[in-house]
Amino acid sequence: MSSAALALRQIKFENRAFWRNPASAFFTFAFPLMFLVIFNLLFGNEEITLGPGQSTSASTFFVPAIAAFSVITACYTNIAISVSLSRDGGVLKRVRGTPLPAWAYMAGRIGHSTIIAILLVAIVAIAGVLFYGVDIPTNTMPAFLITLAVGAASFCALGLAITSVIPNGEASPAIVNASVLPLLFISDIFIRLDDAPAWLENVAKIFPIWHYSQAMQAAFNPFETGSGFRFGYLAVVGAWGLFGLLAATRFFSWEPRR
Amino acid sequence: MTSSTTTGSAAGAGRDEGRAEDLAVSVRGLKKSYGALEAVRGIDLDIATGEVFALLGPNGAGKTTTVEILEGHRQRDGGEVSVLGHDPRRGELAFKQRIGIVLQSTGVEPYLTVAEVVDLYRGYYPSPRDIDEVIEVVGLKDKRDERVLKLSGGQQRRLDVAIGLAGDPELLFLDEPTTGFDPSARRHAWEMIKNLQALGKTVFLTTHYMDEAQYLADRVAIIAAGAIVAIGPPATLAGREQAATRIAFHFPAGAPAIPEELRGAPEEARAGDTMAAPAAPNDTVELRTTDPTRALHKLTSWALDNNVELGSLSVTRSSLEDVYLELTGGDEVEGVS
Repeated sequence: MSSAALALRQIKFENRAFWRNPASAFFTFAFPLMFLVIFNLLFGNEEITLGPGQSTSASTFFVPAIAAFSVITACYTNIAISVSLSRDGGVLKRVRGTPLPAWAYMAGRIGHSTIIAILLVAIVAIAGVLFYGVDIPTNTMPAFLITLAVGAASFCALGLAITSVIPNGEASPAIVNASVLPLLFISDIFIRLDDAPAWLENVAKIFPIWHYSQAMQAAFNPFETGSGFRFGYLAVVGAWGLFGLLAATRFFSWEPRR
Repeated sequence: MTSSTTTGSAAGAGRDEGRAEDLAVSVRGLKKSYGALEAVRGIDLDIATGEVFALLGPNGAGKTTTVEILEGHRQRDGGEVSVLGHDPRRGELAFKQRIGIVLQSTGVEPYLTVAEVVDLYRGYYPSPRDIDEVIEVVGLKDKRDERVLKLSGGQQRRLDVAIGLAGDPELLFLDEPTTGFDPSARRHAWEMIKNLQALGKTVFLTTHYMDEAQYLADRVAIIAAGAIVAIGPPATLAGREQAATRIAFHFPAGAPAIPEELRGAPEEARAGDTMAAPAAPNDTVELRTTDPTRALHKLTSWALDNNVELGSLSVTRSSLEDVYLELTGGDEVEGVS
């Protein structure tokens, strides 16, 4: 079997197993929508200023923000937790003893997560159009899709990397949420940090979520006149992804860590 | 393939190559430590192709460490290991394609069905076995389209074996395949392993059940504290066939004393090769002898002459368990298994 066929086959089985657990599938999709609804209920009618003479309703901000959140949840959070659980359950060790190449197994997990991320973003965008009068920008669509892809790849890699510091499956949700939730609050995802102290913003700027959030906003900005690409932000996200990939390659454990 | 893995003198290399043809596993001086704990201290093993080999020992004796080194899951500290002509340390694709591994505890996707899981894993091998054939061998035909999460513990264990077989391996590792089974599930598993033997597979089995090793294995090695203390066919392990036979019965109330000549077979006597005089009626009397025919004849003649009924009379050979307990000192080493 060719390499591509091996990876596709893994994605197929991951995908099948995912949809067999309807409760898990339902909440995977309901979760970001819930945030979209709540934030719009709370702040949706506020006018926010994106630039000189460019003010819009906060709903326009929330769609790319929740889209970014969806990618982070589907890729980083989901991979980190599910891989930790698979490792505890011995699934990874079993796979390790078969001729399936390690990269093909990982490609299956990453490919499946990326599909979920894309579906989530599409659902969030459609909900934005239907219920909150958000316009889908067409001229920045290539930038939006590529930003989405770079984010998905990078956050998957980081999700794999963090499993090497997660001691066991039960600890994984706590560790993963602790690593990601504070950043979601200070990275213009849940709320815009217009009046935050400078040091807090500087802290946020160390990590990839803030940069990803900015890149997604730019690629979804109705007032954007250029292509919508923010290569500086994308480079930071990509660099973190590369770091995650190297860390995962070096420290990833196939055996339960206890 | 074999020549690249053999080293040493010309004579030694030639001998090794000759052996490697019909040896599935060859181990020399295998060592592994975890910190200060020496889990495996210099093991030698040769397993022939088509043989069912059991590594028997208490928990913590080094069974799993040994088998996981042979599978390529763990790195050894010292010694030579050749499995199907490969050094498992390298984790080569060609090696992984030829073995099947059933680990002590492993999980699978709970939401896939039995057939889907077998299909998923068989896809990793160049010439896999048929899905339904594998499911049949492990006796899960009725559960073919059942999701894994609906299977009982014993059925999941059989699925583990099905996955191990899916790639049609030449050598199958079974690490404590029946631990935690109820007696009937264990019987089923044994029949299944017997089926594998009939397929001509080499099976490397670890267990801490004597009866399992005795029933399944062509040869047994007993491992204790990281070293092999006995190796051979279960029937003759550690001189079992020459060991004293045990004759036991309930000493009847009011019977006359047992004649002196029965109380021992002084010639060829081993330690304990005598009969303890019963302290009280209905005590179990044990006679150990290397000449059971003669002893039994004398005993029953005496019983008939004195009109004594020998309750619960039994004649047993030294069991594998006796050998095992003697060799392993009966103590369990806690820690790494």
